[in-house]
Amino acid sequence: MATIEVAGKTIEVDEEGYLTNLSDWDEEVAKEIAKSEGIELSENHWEVVNFLREYYQEYQVAPPIRVLTKAIAKKLGPEKGNSDYLYELFPYGPAKQACKIAGLPKPTGCV
Amino acid sequence: MAVSAHVDENEDAPELIPGATAGVKSFVAPPETQEAIGFTPALTDGWQERALQRMGELLERYRSLRVFMDACVHCGACTDKCHYYLGTRDPNNMPVARQELMRRVYRRYFTPAGRLFPKLVGARELTKEVLEEWFTYYYQCSECRRCSIFCPYGIDTAEVTMAAREILNSVGYGQKYSNEIIGKVHRIGNNLGLNPAALRNTLEGLEEELKEEVGREIRFPVDEKGAEVLLVTPSADFFAEPHIYSLIGYAKVFHAAGISWTLSTKASEGGNFGLFIGNYDQLRRIALRIREAALELGVKRVVVGECGHAWRVAYSFWNTLIGVGAGADPEDRYGQMLQRQLDHRYKQPSHICEVTYDLLERGAIKVDPTANDRYVVTFHDSCNVARASRMGSSSEGQFEIPRAIIRRVARRFVEMNPETTRERTFCCGGGGGLLTDELLEIRVKGAKPRMKALKAAVEQEGVNFMATICAICKAQFTKVLPAYGFKMSMVGGVHQLVSNAILL
Repeated sequence: MATIEVAGKTIEVDEEGYLTNLSDWDEEVAKEIAKSEGIELSENHWEVVNFLREYYQEYQVAPPIRVLTKAIAKKLGPEKGNSDYLYELFPYGPAKQACKIAGLPKPTGCV
Repeated sequence: MAVSAHVDENEDAPELIPGATAGVKSFVAPPETQEAIGFTPALTDGWQERALQRMGELLERYRSLRVFMDACVHCGACTDKCHYYLGTRDPNNMPVARQELMRRVYRRYFTPAGRLFPKLVGARELTKEVLEEWFTYYYQCSECRRCSIFCPYGIDTAEVTMAAREILNSVGYGQKYSNEIIGKVHRIGNNLGLNPAALRNTLEGLEEELKEEVGREIRFPVDEKGAEVLLVTPSADFFAEPHIYSLIGYAKVFHAAGISWTLSTKASEGGNFGLFIGNYDQLRRIALRIREAALELGVKRVVVGECGHAWRVAYSFWNTLIGVGAGADPEDRYGQMLQRQLDHRYKQPSHICEVTYDLLERGAIKVDPTANDRYVVTFHDSCNVARASRMGSSSEGQFEIPRAIIRRVARRFVEMNPETTRERTFCCGGGGGLLTDELLEIRVKGAKPRMKALKAAVEQEGVNFMATICAICKAQFTKVLPAYGFKMSMVGGVHQLVSNAILL
């Protein structure tokens, strides 16, 4: 089993770096995962990450991209409520990369 | 193998690079993923015997497999027909070589010559090394069956791949991506794991948005008893872009035509990865969810959304598997019940393209093709639709109907190189259970033949939109188009174009 080190703690992740135990997540962990993805978390990144976590807590699944873009439009303005902007923030794709940083499981299926 | 001279003549069939993608491997399914779907948890002592036993069973059960093992004469016709071979140059990605991985083991244990003189006939023991090779290269095949149309004997590599994956699963050596997804379908109802609450929330959001956008109450009904149509579509249609634009298109078609329809939380997945892993039991269990939903909701028609392999399973297997269409086992009470329930004035099942095309033909829905004037459209035939199904009543309906819809809803449509379309279409590079990140390298390389044809159409005809009717194609192209210098938004569904043009 792969692990990452965050503030002296050893945390289990899967082959792709997704957390094995979702309860291991905290902001420091998010920063560490983001760093390994080459992303420095700005406030706008955090808006996405926080929304993902809120949605996950309610529905136990990552939000569909359209739900996410709508939420971001509300928070950051309509010009940012689109997937192009989300790809700017998370170049490997908002669904997967942002989920990884937010400590959510990887979305599966034909996506 | 007498293939090297042949491959050098064609720039599309470059020199071999042995082992080029030997290191591109799927993740192995962890024991809990295997167990969750009733599979052997992990590889343990005695696996070889069990693998050979399963192989023997498959050879007995599927005569086709035995014929495919025996019939190949190594003529080489298939060698340069596989997109993964063309993209990777790895000789094990030549269809004949991919089959040979199993054929050599077959010869060793299931033919007299191979038992007695294994070396003379190129037979090989089923060692751990061989098993690893199977796991690598049978998950570098998208089961698209392009090679099979060039084979003079009609050998279907996809069936060999499916058998290999079934054998691997039977000894506890499964692929994480496919098996995790199958587990989610059983547990939650779809590949993505969208539970009923999340699904409803998404659909309600869409209704609100459309009300603002077009000023109409376009509905996305869920679990509505007594609806005429049950729409079964890939769960990516609820989740991802561009998929969701086609979902909106389906809803608009039903709305404009005044057809009552419903989605189902139980049958919230069109895809059926049981096909990809060659496991009949999984294939059936996943399909049974659709029967249960259809019976509970009392629908008269079952319609399938834009998903390539879902349509293959629906068109080719649903009749005997679950009773959608004619041919359910007389002993299959619920299959018989569903056959009686459905309205056979309509094709059962129908593809959403058949529904839309029929409505357009009858003038029951109207469109304004100028709505798509910003596009020069081309069409990518999805492998499972093209080579494993039909639509409408003509033998080429699966090619003609989607194109006929596009011509109605858009004014500029052009074809890509005919060597790469219709029956000869190239796989998107991500089908058959390969749409997973750890295989990205071969997904990008496998898309090369399609990207080459697209590039020509872009340069010569100004194409800026490639329509397709498969969730995997859409997701795969979204990911790989940028690697070839194209925008990811260049790919979308046929019903995305319908959605733009339909008059409400």
